[in-house]
Amino acid sequence: MRLRLVPQDTNWDFMRYRKFTFGASVVAMVGAIAIWLIVGLNFGIDFLGGTTIRTESTASVDVAAYRAALEPLGLGDVTITEVFDPTFEAGRNVAQVRIQAQEGAESVTPEVIAGVEAALQTVDPSITFPSVESVGPKVSGELITTALLAVGASLVAILFYIWLRFEWQFSVGAIAALVHDVVLTIGVFSLLQIRFDLATIAAILTIIGYSINDTVVIFDRLRENLIKFKKTPLIDIMNKSVNETLSRTLMTSGTTLLALVALLVLGGDVIRGFVFAIFWGVIVGTYSSVYVAKNVVLMLGVDRDPKKPSDAGTQFANIDA
Amino acid sequence: MLQIALWKRLSILLVCVIGLALAAPNLFYGPVERHNDAADALERGAISTPEIEAALAEWPDALPSGLVNLGLDLRGGAHLLAEVQLQDVYEGRLDGYWPDVRDTLRGVREQVGTIRRQDSPPDELRIRISRPEGLQVAVDAVRDLAQPIVSLTGVGEQDIDVAGAGDIVTVTLSDAEKAATDDRTLQQSLEIIRRRVDEAGTREPTIQRQGADRILIQVPGIGSAQELKELIGTTAKLTFHPVISRSVAADTRTDGDQIALPDMDDASRTLLLERSPVVTGDDLVDSQPGFDQNGRPAVTFRFNPSGARKFGEYTSANIGAPFAIVLDDEVVTDPTIQSAITGGSGQITGNFTVEEANRLSILLRAGALPAEMTFLEERTIGPELGQDSIDAGQVASLVAMAAVVVFMIASYGLFGAFATVALGINVALIFGILSLIGGTLTLPGIAGIVLTIGMAVDANVLVFERIREELKTARGPARAIELGYERALSAIIDANITTFIIAVILFTLGSGPVRGFAVTLGIGILTSVFTAIFVTRLLIVIWFERRRPKTIEV
Repeated sequence: MRLRLVPQDTNWDFMRYRKFTFGASVVAMVGAIAIWLIVGLNFGIDFLGGTTIRTESTASVDVAAYRAALEPLGLGDVTITEVFDPTFEAGRNVAQVRIQAQEGAESVTPEVIAGVEAALQTVDPSITFPSVESVGPKVSGELITTALLAVGASLVAILFYIWLRFEWQFSVGAIAALVHDVVLTIGVFSLLQIRFDLATIAAILTIIGYSINDTVVIFDRLRENLIKFKKTPLIDIMNKSVNETLSRTLMTSGTTLLALVALLVLGGDVIRGFVFAIFWGVIVGTYSSVYVAKNVVLMLGVDRDPKKPSDAGTQFANIDA
Repeated sequence: MLQIALWKRLSILLVCVIGLALAAPNLFYGPVERHNDAADALERGAISTPEIEAALAEWPDALPSGLVNLGLDLRGGAHLLAEVQLQDVYEGRLDGYWPDVRDTLRGVREQVGTIRRQDSPPDELRIRISRPEGLQVAVDAVRDLAQPIVSLTGVGEQDIDVAGAGDIVTVTLSDAEKAATDDRTLQQSLEIIRRRVDEAGTREPTIQRQGADRILIQVPGIGSAQELKELIGTTAKLTFHPVISRSVAADTRTDGDQIALPDMDDASRTLLLERSPVVTGDDLVDSQPGFDQNGRPAVTFRFNPSGARKFGEYTSANIGAPFAIVLDDEVVTDPTIQSAITGGSGQITGNFTVEEANRLSILLRAGALPAEMTFLEERTIGPELGQDSIDAGQVASLVAMAAVVVFMIASYGLFGAFATVALGINVALIFGILSLIGGTLTLPGIAGIVLTIGMAVDANVLVFERIREELKTARGPARAIELGYERALSAIIDANITTFIIAVILFTLGSGPVRGFAVTLGIGILTSVFTAIFVTRLLIVIWFERRRPKTIEV
């Protein structure tokens, strides 16, 4: 007996709820932007500058005592968070100490780091420092620019590729879906205050990659069906295409999510934020392929001239068929 | 019908075998690494010892020995992003012009009168002349010294700009010359950092230029960024100056020919020296740590012939006079010349510890940095943290793989098993390619591989789903399989090209771990397309030929 995530032949009317889902997407995006503007993102040192020191100790972490020990150093804003992780064995206590960028210094001076380490050692002699990372304000500014550039460049490249292979309506639909995914991801990051750093940007780009992957597969089927059924209304073809690819969509999302869950639970705390972003992105990306990308294409309409040999797609559409 | 030419079958097989062979050394990481280190040591001219022989024997020479480099976040080590203070060099360049300028102006002394170098910002050379009416003559004379620039971009440009106002002649470097100097400075800095890091004997450091004035240094296995900074952050400019006065006030005003520098060991003491050094560290050919006659740590050095001659001439002419050994604008020691030193070698004693003497000799051997550096970014990752990440990544990958395998076989039966074999080959190919190109595996890179494991089956899923559909209408299973592959191809190509575009952009714009992720993602896309389209197809075709099933269930 084979495992089937969906019945062999489905004929669900996905597009029936299009107004509701599209409305929900718009509300979610507005909400995400609002949270982002009000709460803000928890930027890591990659974007803000500053230093993070990871501490590890056999004794349990006493945040108040750490704070008290660091107080006399006058370092400005110091954040101390205890790190919990299911993969840690007993007697392994980890904390993250974050120090803001120091006035006038390009990167934190060795004296500051040595001072912090010495102060923490007085609280807990068994403490060790498995990692110390420090980014100067000059670099962090540039990292933000590069990150935005990367996201922008990816969107443009995809816009262009889809336009070549399909039609401009598909391009717009795909980009709308991607923007939707990126905005919702940023919203979740500000809502849960997960640290937002360079790895997060990599994750967002991966989400873009995954989401577009999903969207393209459905578009591809849509294009095929547009050629096959020249008279059928667009909305029915869309439903048919989604139904036909549904099994594949769920299989791929399913296996990817399985892999990601393994990484999320067992991959350690260092990359958890990164993996979480991708995990979230796979879910949103799957949703947006159906309910955002196709909605937009439906609203824009597709030129279907029955006299032309091929209705959908440009001269680059059939190079591999 | 379902046919694949023999040569195609063999090529597919060959690619898989080569991939597996290239990936294999990674299963024996420790022994292979020791073998490679030993081979490296021999190549660099080390004498074979029993240890080296033993390490060599750990892995057969005939087998591939390429390994995936582990990134700093996995192995532990230090990462530094340094900015080279390019403008530092301008001062030195202008100092270099001064003797020529002086001699030229002396040639037209009747018109310009006496000349005197003035204190000035570091990127200017200012000369005061006593007869302002001769300014134009002076400017013209100095301007004649300008040389055309020899560089690709600076064709037709002169190296210096000369201006005059009142009784001051100002010489500055032209923009083209600055650009040429900047480039040279950075190249030289890269080279010297590389030499210093090599001298310290670390493994596989990454030393790369980034942008116009930055250098990225990543050294695996080093204890801390601080240690690395001490090694490469020191300019190590060694110079030997005549002493004018051994003790002056710290804020002594100096004219252009003099320089007041503090004593390294006694901060309250300042010496007045002649600005132009007798000899510089550029003339050094060797330097070793050692001990002086009192058994204190010291650093010995040896000059090249021209340095030895200059040093010999100066010391024989100035017996009884003090001279100062200056390191990075601090006086290390200021002995009195007892006798002419003509042999070209000498010794620096100061209040060194053994480690300091050792480090100073490394720095002197490697040469001076042309300019100072500031550090914009520094990261230290402890080796334990890296090992934890590797372990976690391994466990996660295995669990992910197992879950995907179970899921695929449950869904597609035998075809799922074929996809699973392809998945295994896929992961091996990723490691094989990474080892071949010397790619670096980082923590996000492991995530990239795990994600690839999840996504790799996508192409197969597309094909299998398509075969299922075709089975409903097509005549016979063979035709359905063929159509399945044919019709799914367009979606597979489109889906993977778009993801590949992202990988390329990530690689171009990213740095460090992000780049590592982009590399594994990009390679993963290529290999998963290969395995999904060719490997599973080959497996299915071979199976089909043997069984000739009348019906198939996918």
